[in-house]
Amino acid sequence: MDKFSKLTGTACPINQPNLNTDQILPARYLKWTRAMGIGKVLFQDLRFDADGNEKPDFPINKPAWRNAKVVVGARNFGCGSSREAAVYALYDYGVRCVIAPSFGDIFSGNAVQNGLVTAIVTDDEAAEIMETLARTPELPVTVDLEQQTIVCGNKTYGFTIDPVRRMRLLNGWDDIALTESFRDRIASFKSSDRGKRPWAVPNTSA
Amino acid sequence: MSQPRTLVDKLWAAHEIVRREDGESLLWVDRHYVHEGSFHAFGKLAERGVPVAEPGLTFGVADHYVPTRGSRTDIANPEIARMVRQVEENTAKHNVKLFGLGDPRQGIVHVVGPEQGLTLPGLLIVCGDSHTSTHGALGAYAFGIGASEVAHVLMTQTIWQKKPKLMRVTVDGEAAPGISGKDIVLAIIAHIGTDGATGGALEFAGSAIRALSIEGRLTLCNMSIEAGARCGIVAPDETTFAYLKGRPYAPKGTDFDKAAEEWSAMTTDAGARFDKDVTLDAKAIAPIVTWGTSPEDALPIDASVPDPAREADEARAKYLRGALEYMGISPGKKLTDIAVDRVFIGSCTNSRIEDLRAAAAVLSGRTSKVPGLVSAGSTLIKQQAEQEGLDRIFRDAGLEWGESGCSMCVGINGDLVAPGERCASTTNRNFRGRQGPGARTHLMSPAMVAAAAVTGHLADVRPMLTGRKV
Repeated sequence: MDKFSKLTGTACPINQPNLNTDQILPARYLKWTRAMGIGKVLFQDLRFDADGNEKPDFPINKPAWRNAKVVVGARNFGCGSSREAAVYALYDYGVRCVIAPSFGDIFSGNAVQNGLVTAIVTDDEAAEIMETLARTPELPVTVDLEQQTIVCGNKTYGFTIDPVRRMRLLNGWDDIALTESFRDRIASFKSSDRGKRPWAVPNTSA
Repeated sequence: MSQPRTLVDKLWAAHEIVRREDGESLLWVDRHYVHEGSFHAFGKLAERGVPVAEPGLTFGVADHYVPTRGSRTDIANPEIARMVRQVEENTAKHNVKLFGLGDPRQGIVHVVGPEQGLTLPGLLIVCGDSHTSTHGALGAYAFGIGASEVAHVLMTQTIWQKKPKLMRVTVDGEAAPGISGKDIVLAIIAHIGTDGATGGALEFAGSAIRALSIEGRLTLCNMSIEAGARCGIVAPDETTFAYLKGRPYAPKGTDFDKAAEEWSAMTTDAGARFDKDVTLDAKAIAPIVTWGTSPEDALPIDASVPDPAREADEARAKYLRGALEYMGISPGKKLTDIAVDRVFIGSCTNSRIEDLRAAAAVLSGRTSKVPGLVSAGSTLIKQQAEQEGLDRIFRDAGLEWGESGCSMCVGINGDLVAPGERCASTTNRNFRGRQGPGARTHLMSPAMVAAAAVTGHLADVRPMLTGRKV
């Protein structure tokens, strides 16, 4: 997993509460592997009409935001289905950070596994950042994970992120390697647990 | 004396292997369910060349992609056939039990787990599907995870988690006849919002919850995720034990009795603290339908859809305009004036035998004005419904009787609602495009879907139940 410390880039505002993972990546692309270029179909049904033409009103289709590294969303961004491919689509498109007032729980868990930062600001701050970007679309935004700040124009906003997730992102830590270091603890838990909760093992005489 | 603890506190403690200084705990996983979508995770295992750590605690089901119509042994669509074959190959390679096509136990993972007695009180259950919250209905701590976490569980049988905030929703009082678990949970979501319980664990309590059957509780916990919660849970009780007794993978004989005694202690102690406590009155809950594009856009059937012009908050007004435009509904319209184009009964929310009986009770001797599909949650439920003659009722009403699977809930298998079409549906998500690009979904209970089928529009099922057994 890539480390994240600080980035500067254009930021695309998408002012839709409850923007769910079905919209980030429609279900019909769940058969795709990352190697197939899943970033191409990010926001597919929001970006394109039924004939495959771009919808000019959808923010990421606007020239200034085509190469956005940051997405600014409304509350409950990434709610819905657990599909991690929604995170792959954002990341492979080039997005490294999503700023929003709240996130779908599984989405933010998936994000950290893939190096995507989920920065939480207040509703008012998200609205203010979106307004600034609407006025000056090309304005680059700087996200600093070390400092937990977002610089947008002449304003600096603090953001929150779960401290464990922040540490993982800063260090590019992989869970598996960490868990391996607890191998003995897992084995001893398992053997004592089998004695305590024999009913927890499936009855395979079925 | 020790501090009073919540049910979730107790289950958490029973599974905690180690807690890091930063507050994350490594938890033991008792059951891991996998499906076709788990191919990303199996791919990660292959990359590392490692086996599944606990194949005996891992169970596979083919559900998301399986066809509900046409041949299931010779699947016409090559991409779908490939997805089904992949889960067969991956589970076979790792010696994981699969309820695949051709196995009568096949069905939707969240239906099969409880039905087979794999889901038990006190277990920690994960699956790469957000609706894993369903299994909390039996007193399990169950939550959906992403593909990287699926790979982690496959490799280690453990998962890193931070203890969630605890929220309790108490629903007291006696619900009116015709009010189901679906109505209760939609009322809860409408009340607290789709991010009302973000990341939290939601315990459902109160006399109206206790009165629900396991099927009703499964529906309730299934939709906890739509309130933003990671999991929902109902403390196990006599209803739970009666449901589980005799299920294939559940403990047998005296083992069961001993287990049930331990499960009986899995309740929240009096005086235990929750981060948030919400109370609803069951008597005040009417049949509920959604009008918009989020599960929180839910209203009693006798209400009218909102009018953005009457909304003071501009951001909210904008949301309402967008949702109404997508749904093709004019502001202020009465819900009962909204005509539907088709109906769907199925999904992990409402495809159990009790759900099918509730819909059949309304449809019996009546005709559907619109086409529709009924897909049982498992092949076993399908067979049971056929023995009870429910399939005949659905067919006589003009509905299609399909095979079991996720079907028209997420539409991956090709069961789609056409662009612009409006579907009365027992599913859990009314997101834009959820049942297909441009599809318009109204969520409701099986009985309410049946009422919509019979009338051709959203309708209050209660008058239609007069003189019928429900």
